[in-house]
Amino acid sequence: MLSIRELSCGYGQKTVVDRISLTLEAGEILCLLGPNGVGKTTLFKTILHLQPSLGGQILVDGEDIKSWPSQRRAQTIAYVPQAHTPPFPFTVTDVVTMGCTAHLGMFSAPSANDRQSAEDTLEMLGIEHLSACIYTEISGGERQMVLIARALVQRPRILVLDEPTSNLDFGNQIKVLQKINQLAAQGMAIIMTTHFPNHVFLCSTCVALMGRDGRILAGSLDEVVTETRLESAYGVKVKLVDILLDDGQIVRTCVPLMETESHVMELAHT
Amino acid sequence: MQERRGSASVPVVVTFLLAGTFFLVLLSLSIGRYYVPVTKIPVILGKSLFSRFGWIISTTAIDPVMETVILNVRMPRILAALFVGAALSVAGCSYQALFRNPMVSPDILGASSGAGFGAAMAILLSFPLGLIQLSSFGFGLVAVALTWLIGSVVSRGNNATMVLVLTGMVVGSLFAAFISLTKYVADPYSKLPAITFWLMGGLTSIRLYDLFMALVPMLIGLLPLIALRWRLNVLAFGDEEARAMGINTRQLRFVIIICSTLLTSAAVSIAGMVGWVGLIIPHLARMLVGPDCRVLLPTSFLIGAAFMLGVDDIARCAFPMELPLGILTALVGAPFFIFLLLRGRKGWI
Repeated sequence: MLSIRELSCGYGQKTVVDRISLTLEAGEILCLLGPNGVGKTTLFKTILHLQPSLGGQILVDGEDIKSWPSQRRAQTIAYVPQAHTPPFPFTVTDVVTMGCTAHLGMFSAPSANDRQSAEDTLEMLGIEHLSACIYTEISGGERQMVLIARALVQRPRILVLDEPTSNLDFGNQIKVLQKINQLAAQGMAIIMTTHFPNHVFLCSTCVALMGRDGRILAGSLDEVVTETRLESAYGVKVKLVDILLDDGQIVRTCVPLMETESHVMELAHT
Repeated sequence: MQERRGSASVPVVVTFLLAGTFFLVLLSLSIGRYYVPVTKIPVILGKSLFSRFGWIISTTAIDPVMETVILNVRMPRILAALFVGAALSVAGCSYQALFRNPMVSPDILGASSGAGFGAAMAILLSFPLGLIQLSSFGFGLVAVALTWLIGSVVSRGNNATMVLVLTGMVVGSLFAAFISLTKYVADPYSKLPAITFWLMGGLTSIRLYDLFMALVPMLIGLLPLIALRWRLNVLAFGDEEARAMGINTRQLRFVIIICSTLLTSAAVSIAGMVGWVGLIIPHLARMLVGPDCRVLLPTSFLIGAAFMLGVDDIARCAFPMELPLGILTALVGAPFFIFLLLRGRKGWI
C-alpha cells in the first residue's frame, strides 16, 4: 500500500537519509529502530510531507503523493506526534475533534456528527472518561492516547507514530503498544519509531534499522534484529533471549549487557 | 474547571454581553457634557430612523440641539468605539491563536507602529484629516508587508512563525524610530502637539464618514476570521501537526495576517495607538468561555466592543478635560495584566 522508493531526506543541502526504500501493507506494523540523530524524525517528516524530499518517491497504492493537496494527504496518512502541551486549555473532546479538519471544507466547523465520531473513538480506545477533561491537565500517557484518537478521527489508512512510548511509564507503554496491535489487526498500516528494541518483539511485523551512515536495513524481525546489528547500531553489547512462557508461547527479548567494573578499569588504563 | 465552562453557559454569557452592551450604548448616548435624559433617546433614534423611510413623526418635545448631539456627535463616536474595540480584540485573538502564545497583541507584526508613523508623517505634511487616516491605514499595511517579506526570506519555510515575530519586532521598532524622527523634525508649537495627541489615541473628532471609511476594511478583515475560526483552534498544536491534519498552514497564516492587519490598521487609523485592548480582551474572553475559537472569537468581539465604549465614556466624561484613549486603556490594561500574571494559571499564561 505504502511504498517508499529511493527516498532521500534532509535539510537544505545536508542529506540525512540516503536513498532508502520501504514497503508497508495494510495490517502491518513497521518499527523503525536506530540511535538518536540518524534521521528517524526527518524520514517521518518527509513521509508526512512536512518537509520536502531530496529525491525519490512516496507512493500510496502506486500513486505519487507529492502533488496531493494537504487535505487528501491528511485523509490518507495521519500523524501521532510526541505529546506536548499546547498553550491553550482545550478539552480532550475538542482536541480529538480537530482530527475532523482533514474532512472539513475551508470555512466549516465540525458538526454534531464529527463530535460524536470523536466521542466514539475515545470509547474505542477505552479513554471515554477523559472526554470532558482539560487536555493540558491530563497525564503524558493519557495525552498520547488522545493524540492517537485525534489521528484516528482523520480516518486514515496509514498511521505514523513518532516514539509513541517515550515519556510513558512501563504500564502505559505496554497499553499503547496493545492498542497499536489492535489497530493493525483492524487493517491499519502503521509505522512507528521506538527507542526500545524489546517493543519490536512486542508489536511489529517488520522492522527497519537505521544506521549512522543514513542507510537502512529493512526486513523481518529475525533478519534484522540480531545481536551484532544492535551492537553496531547502538554501541552497546546486547543479548537476545527467548523465554518460554507457561502456555508454551515463546517471547523474545533483548537484554543489554552492562560493562563490568573490570571492563571500565581496563578502558581507563588504555 | 474555571477555565472551561460547559457549553450551556455560553448562550448565557453571550446574552449577558449583548444586553450589557445595549444598555451601555444607551447610557453612553445619555451622558456627557450635554446631558440627554435616557427616556428621550429612543424617541430621537426612532424619529431619525422613521424619517429615513419618509414617515414623519411629529414630536415637538425634542430639542434640535439634543438631536444633533445624539445623532451627529455621540452616535458616530459610540459606533467607532464599539468597532475599534471589537476589531482590536478579534485581531488579538486571532494572533494569539496563530502565534500560539497568549501574550501576543495585534501590533506584534508592526501594524500599530506603521500606522502611527503614517499618521505622524501626514500630520507633518499638513494633510487633511481624511488623508491622515488613509496614510495611517496604508503604512500599517506596509509595515506588516515588510515584516512578512523579510520573514519569508529569512525563514525559507522553517520555523516561519517564530521568525515572523522576530522580524515584526524589528520592523516595529524601525517604525517607532521613524515616528521619533518625525516628531523631532516637527514644529514644536503646532505639529508636535498634534502628532503627540494623535498618537495618544482618541475618538474626539470622529465623523460618521470616517467611521464608514474604516468600517470597510474592518468588515473585510472580520468576516474571513469569523469563518475560519475553527481552523484557528487547530493551529494551537503547531504548524506541523496542523499540516498533518490537512491544513494548508502557509495559506491560512497569510489570510489571518492580512485580515488582522486590516482590522488593526483600520482601528489605529481612526482611534490612534490604543494599546492593551487586543491583548487583555482575548484573555478575559478565554476566562469566560474557554479557548475554543468558535466561541472565543465572537465573545472577544462583544467584550472588546463594550470595553472600548466604557473606556471612551470615562475618557470623555470622568474628568473636566478629555483624556487620551491610549493612556486610559494602558491605565486599565497594565494592572489587569499584572493581576493575570499574579493568578498565574497554567494553560493560558
